[in-house]
Amino acid sequence: MDISLHTPITKETVRKLKAGDTVRITGIIYTARDAAHKRMLENKDKGFPIDIKDCTIYFAGPSPAKPGEPVGAIGPTTSYRMDKYSPEMIKYGETVMIGKGKRSAEVVEAMKKYGCVYIGAVGGAGALLASHVEECRTVAYEDLGAEAIYELKVKDFPGIVVIDSYGENLYETEPEKYRKD
Amino acid sequence: MKIINKDTIIENVKNLCIKANCVLNSDIKRAFEEGLKNEESPTAKTILSNLIENADIAEKRNMPICQDTGMAVVFADIGQEVYIEGGSLSDAINEGIRRGYTEGFLRKSVVYDPVCDRKNTKDNTPAIIHYNITEGDSLKITVAPKGFGSENMSRIYMLKPSDGRDGVIDCVLKTIEEAGPNPCPPMIVGVGIGGNFEYSAYLAKKALLRPVGKNSEKPYLEKIEKEILERANKTGIGPQGLGGRTTVLWAACEDYPTHIAGMPIAINISCHVTRHSECIL
Repeated sequence: MDISLHTPITKETVRKLKAGDTVRITGIIYTARDAAHKRMLENKDKGFPIDIKDCTIYFAGPSPAKPGEPVGAIGPTTSYRMDKYSPEMIKYGETVMIGKGKRSAEVVEAMKKYGCVYIGAVGGAGALLASHVEECRTVAYEDLGAEAIYELKVKDFPGIVVIDSYGENLYETEPEKYRKD
Repeated sequence: MKIINKDTIIENVKNLCIKANCVLNSDIKRAFEEGLKNEESPTAKTILSNLIENADIAEKRNMPICQDTGMAVVFADIGQEVYIEGGSLSDAINEGIRRGYTEGFLRKSVVYDPVCDRKNTKDNTPAIIHYNITEGDSLKITVAPKGFGSENMSRIYMLKPSDGRDGVIDCVLKTIEEAGPNPCPPMIVGVGIGGNFEYSAYLAKKALLRPVGKNSEKPYLEKIEKEILERANKTGIGPQGLGGRTTVLWAACEDYPTHIAGMPIAINISCHVTRHSECIL
């Protein structure tokens, strides 16, 4: 059974999620890749361009929308490029990260300390994931093109909790079950 | 001698960009179905079904299979009896990329300066073009957009001749295991063996053009490919790195003579959206 999550997703909700839970997210989420993270944190003294408390950040840069469509293909990008920035983002209130691929020990420590969860979306399924996006608008850094921050209104956006706020990590536990030496 | 106008090249490259990015080749779709049959993990089965559904949506709606529509890699095999009129072949290819990525609503992912400004070129040019002069009077153009989630997981090893066949297979497996979930498994693995430093990488890229399911015609390479595939699918990494049997859909090796002192190996990791589309003019 999928767990329905509605944004903003609080720390209390995050603490109830366990690695392996399949979720469906509805509400507002923001895209940000490395360039947007870098700029947000370099300018943090002037305030964040998004409401960072209890925010959900999707590591993604969509392909351009065709006329009449809210967004182009929009799957996750590889998350380790955000490892340098995520601990600070989590400290400032980010509670959910959506991406794909491994995270550093520092990120996982911050997730445990402050209460944040890492959700995997299916990498390379950009067309399928786009069908869960109802609206998309640019919030900041338009000059970055695909790397700008976009506000997405999503409905039942599918994901799986890969690393929970206790440090349980599917990338470590699951492959071991299927390894044949 | 055959005369080919630059406009013909532009139009064809444009169409190849769009086709390669929006229509998943049937060999990969078949590999998904095959993976689904053999898979033991329920999560892996769900993911493989998602990938089949994703390809269907992309094709139906003529939208990119993956938002990372890549940096455009182009292989141009040009017959020595071909004359290009109206401009240079490189300019024509880049103009085709420009139009394909703009008119096809594909993502522009190329930056001018790799280190400091990283300013987007806004039209996905320049392409990376590999020219090959052939006999005859035809021009074969292959457009192979390559995403960087998997490109970043690729490696080159300058092995010693004494490392032998096992050394080759071990470093391919090491690359696959280190990549884990990052390159969007199930992966397709291109291996270039021999040549020198840069030529091994070219061979690895070229190996990715081989259809899934087709082994090398060289018996020793075929054996290496089979062993890589078998061992990679025992690692347990599985689709998206969440466990399972379907870690690598295919492994293809290409070789070239090398120096007495060396044995270069390049491993070009590619994702389940390994794209290439070609035309012959």
